[in-house]
Amino acid sequence: MIERDIPESIADRLESMDKNKRKEFLDSYHKALVEPGEAVGTIAAQSIGEPGTQMTLRTFHYAGVVELSVPLGLPRLIEIIDARRNPKDPRMIIHLEKDIRKDEKKANEMAKKLLEVFLPDICDMKIDVKNNQLRIETNDEDIKKVLMKYTEDETGGDVYVIEKESLYDLKKIQNKLAKKRIRGVKGIKKVFIRKEGDEYVLYTNGSNMKVVYGMSGIDKKRIISNDIRQIYETFGVEAGRNIIVNEAVKVLEDQDLDVDIRHIMLVADQMTVTGEIQAVGRQGISGSKESVLARASFEETEKHILMAGLRGEVDTLDGVPENIIIGQPIPIGTGMVKLAIKSSLAPKKPIEGKKETAGENKVLDGKVSDVKKKIEKLDSADYKALIEAEKKGENRKTLLKWLESQID
Amino acid sequence: MAVVRKKINEIKFGVFSPKMIRKLSSTRIYTPNTYDEDGYPVEGGLMDPRLGVIDPGIRCKTCGGRLGECKGHFGNIELIRPVIHVGYAKEVYNLLRMTCRSCSRLLLTEDELKQYDIENIRDFEREDIEKTAMKVSNSEKKCPHCEAEQKKIKFVRPYSYYEGEDKLLVTDVKERFGKIIDNDLKYLHMEIRPEWMTLETIPVLPITTRPSITLESADRSEDDLTHKLVDILRINQRLEENINSGAPQLIIEDLWALLQYHVATYFDNGITGIPPSRHRSGRPLKTIAQRLKSKEGRFRKNLSGKRVNFSARTVISPDPNLSINEVAVPELIALELTVPEEVSDRNIEGLRKLVLNGPKKHPGVHYVITEEGRRRVMDENKEFIAENLKIGDLVERHIDDGDIGIFNRQPSLHRISMMAHHIKVLPYNTLRMNTAVCAPYNADFDGDEMNLHIPQLEEAVAEAETLMKVQECIMSPRYGKAIMGGRHDHVSGMYLLTKKGDRFSRVDALKLVRDIIPLPKNKKSFTGKELFSLLLPDDLNLIYKAKLCRKCDKCRMEECPDEAYVKIENGELKSGIIDTEGLSGTLLNELFFHYGSDLTRIFIDKSTKMSIRAIMTYGFSVGVDEEDLPREALEKIRKLVRGAEDRVDELIQSYNKDELKTIPGRSLKESLEDKIMGVLGKARNEAGSIAEEYIPQNNASIMARTGARGNMLNLTQMASMLGQQAVRGSRITRGYYDRTLPHFKKGDISTKAKGFVKSNFKVGLNPTEYFFHSMGGRESLVDTAIRTARSGYMQRRLINALQDLKLYSDGTVRGDGGIITQFVYGGDGIDPMKRGYLDRYMEND
Repeated sequence: MIERDIPESIADRLESMDKNKRKEFLDSYHKALVEPGEAVGTIAAQSIGEPGTQMTLRTFHYAGVVELSVPLGLPRLIEIIDARRNPKDPRMIIHLEKDIRKDEKKANEMAKKLLEVFLPDICDMKIDVKNNQLRIETNDEDIKKVLMKYTEDETGGDVYVIEKESLYDLKKIQNKLAKKRIRGVKGIKKVFIRKEGDEYVLYTNGSNMKVVYGMSGIDKKRIISNDIRQIYETFGVEAGRNIIVNEAVKVLEDQDLDVDIRHIMLVADQMTVTGEIQAVGRQGISGSKESVLARASFEETEKHILMAGLRGEVDTLDGVPENIIIGQPIPIGTGMVKLAIKSSLAPKKPIEGKKETAGENKVLDGKVSDVKKKIEKLDSADYKALIEAEKKGENRKTLLKWLESQID
Repeated sequence: MAVVRKKINEIKFGVFSPKMIRKLSSTRIYTPNTYDEDGYPVEGGLMDPRLGVIDPGIRCKTCGGRLGECKGHFGNIELIRPVIHVGYAKEVYNLLRMTCRSCSRLLLTEDELKQYDIENIRDFEREDIEKTAMKVSNSEKKCPHCEAEQKKIKFVRPYSYYEGEDKLLVTDVKERFGKIIDNDLKYLHMEIRPEWMTLETIPVLPITTRPSITLESADRSEDDLTHKLVDILRINQRLEENINSGAPQLIIEDLWALLQYHVATYFDNGITGIPPSRHRSGRPLKTIAQRLKSKEGRFRKNLSGKRVNFSARTVISPDPNLSINEVAVPELIALELTVPEEVSDRNIEGLRKLVLNGPKKHPGVHYVITEEGRRRVMDENKEFIAENLKIGDLVERHIDDGDIGIFNRQPSLHRISMMAHHIKVLPYNTLRMNTAVCAPYNADFDGDEMNLHIPQLEEAVAEAETLMKVQECIMSPRYGKAIMGGRHDHVSGMYLLTKKGDRFSRVDALKLVRDIIPLPKNKKSFTGKELFSLLLPDDLNLIYKAKLCRKCDKCRMEECPDEAYVKIENGELKSGIIDTEGLSGTLLNELFFHYGSDLTRIFIDKSTKMSIRAIMTYGFSVGVDEEDLPREALEKIRKLVRGAEDRVDELIQSYNKDELKTIPGRSLKESLEDKIMGVLGKARNEAGSIAEEYIPQNNASIMARTGARGNMLNLTQMASMLGQQAVRGSRITRGYYDRTLPHFKKGDISTKAKGFVKSNFKVGLNPTEYFFHSMGGRESLVDTAIRTARSGYMQRRLINALQDLKLYSDGTVRGDGGIITQFVYGGDGIDPMKRGYLDRYMEND
């Protein structure tokens, strides 16, 4: 690499150095570069997989800092590389807009708006077994709206009565009503407010990026969720890639495992290389590989072979597992390079193929000067045939010129 | 040397047509009998001699080859009625739904079809086509081509189809598929004729793939596949007889279904929805799919996993006298393993001597490969072979000192689980290595075994030597810092040697450095620091903080009471103690990146050797009294525990009175638990720091503080108390109804009833405490077992997903199909393993 190929981030720093230091630095920089052919993927996979054995399955949540503890350790790491749709413990951190971020009241209001509230949380609901009635007592306007659909009978303002013939039906309705969300954002199970510096920040259990992002009053630049899919669906792949990196780093750091961020970035980049988030595994990256043999040797062997037959797939044997299967060197690292020799350095006597043509015209064997002598000794030489033979054979230009001059 | 040339360019997958099956077939198999009364294979039976040979001495009737020469030949069975190929049952269903029931055209209008480029249908386009076509038949609309009404088709797993109420016979399916035009198939990415998904004839695998075994009792035991084929033939025959004798349709259909079942299980005996076909003993048969599938199947067991020659495995043991890049190989193993060496005029005399040693004396020879071929060297012919040794011959000689071997310990979780070592042939029966390389292998010597592989080609040896040698692997590719170096006693020893104080007379110093490094002349006495400095390069300048550092607010530099401020000036250790940070940390990194791998290797060899001498001179042991605390400290701890218990009691009381403040986002009960855990955790930490304060400077604390072994927590658990035991991250709740053990009252949630251990290891635990401690211990054991399985699978998936990624010469990272994953590796093109070259520029960050 020459100086202009250096990434911007480093080029900036170069500016500030004097000539000697710059040279010294560039030397070190070149020494530190990855070498072409390096199996960076395998190294990344090993670097993330190997410490997996050292991780705990469950981290002990430290008492006191409850809000900050996220499910960490191996299960979370697996969740991340699986890009799972419903993580076990989704969380959001929501900052508020500039003018209200220092207002505790507003923060509380916001929290109320976010927190999902179910019908039974804020009203009394009882089944009157004697009269086959479901009685609901409430003064909440939102609940009233919901209940309007079930009953018209409004006895005494705040009490609603639903009558059904059987208790079974009543129970069914009760269960249905119990799941009715009256207020708040779907999925936000808990909200707590923390004071950070002089601003109030909302931490939630449960995540719903799409809805929360659309709400007013929040700082749209400082809202984050640990649900990879939600981030991807709301902000796109690049954000998805970043959240994968950040979440994985968080897990590994929490376990005091030192893993270079480049490895994690490579995994994240590979997961998002198609423009969508792909899981690591048979549903994602491994399942959508081009090579039939690579897929078959991973999982679901029969399925891949059968479908390959149906579609008439061709395996061009470019990858690692395919070449292992057929017993050839793998095209990575030292297996990637081929030997090329400058023609002037090539062995004078060709090894194969050429020998035969030379055999027909033994006259043409040997040094140019020797050949000339041999031909001169011949009584009648068929120069045209010799030229042809030489062109096919070693194609020595001086000899060809000489032969052509002999025709005349 | 053999030239490796790429022989296979590509592999095309397809489905055999009936015509092809018949063409491939060496003979038609029609009878279910395999052998006649005399024990000879029946013609037209499954053991027909035209299918290949499995017995020695017999020639193949098809190709004339003997056992080993003849690879076997296919036969075929003509099925009386066609059946569905189970693997394609779902595809058959989809195709039935996508095509017209009368004209067999794809259920898309010409206009719709015109939207697509028939020569280049993308995957998502294909899915679109499939969806629109299926919509027509699902909603019982008319065919856009022949106006015929479509009917909804139902699929009953595993292989039946219903059109409305009527069952679709395989013959009907076949007829419909036969009419589908090739052009329509192109839209569906189908490269085969769809009627091939029904089988009118099935191939019979060559007998070489299903050899029968002759038992001791001279009985023959047939392969599972043969059994299955016999079943198919039997039913096929019965079906034929019944059809010919004009049996009622019902019986014929029953037999037909049975034939379908047998053919289906011949392909895959693990189909959900039908009972697996069983052997007489009740064991399910292993048919074709089972042979290929899963971990023990052909793909993962035999194709992706290869077995090798030229390898050895035995128990390992430590040997501090070896260099880290050496491995001691027992003579017994050296007598078996060989390397080919080409005879040249330089080594011919040496090799001749080796040949004369024969195969049974150590540096000897097993084979000599000449132009005529390979000859085994034996005691009888060794003189003759030695005499006739020519330049250009290959001699397969025993491995010897200096040869390269690849040393490996499973599980091979990362690439440094396999490193190249120089071989050193030594007596006794174990493979031996320097203890400093235990870390990358994760090896210890409690019975671990390791493998050794001997590369055979010059090319392989060269690669192993430049890329895999131990000193090239000192830096971990995971985080770019050293993973090898002195540890355990090396560290303790180096601490004793380099701490302030002792001076060594020339004689004593010599005892420490003899055979390691020469002492400078004209110097009468040495400090430990001076002796250590002998190992450092003369121009080394380095300042760092040792592991001992307490991270005080204001660093006292050279005045540090712990001697944690390490200063090396011109290769001279001026201040500070060398501990883990020196033997396998900062100092080692500095040496590796600025003085090279070979010097680093030598440094590790010598520093560990010297520190072992030091620790042996000083003596080093740990006993119970090492954890003794003065009465005053014990009193403090007791007070502390009592205080904590009182705090907890208060919490419980206020909880009972419903006065407890809840933590936001937690229930009352959870809040209580959290608060109790908080109080007890704090108590343990404080007890720990009291212990830490009072534990004197002794061997135990030296080990903990220098990073040699153990940590302060271990010490405080021995000296002051264990603290709260946890199962599932909370205090112990399991056991009896409302209580953990019958020793407590029901509903008791005080500290001691829930697994708080206030004793320490030295005093001993009381029975309930011991029980709780065991509960915690058991949980962590189970945890470990589960974790290894889970992380193993995760790693397998990661490797599989990423293994094709490599760095191209243009600096991009590309994978499968040349798709660019990163334009510059890691954003800056820097190898994590080599990032240490840039460390000195990172100081400002």
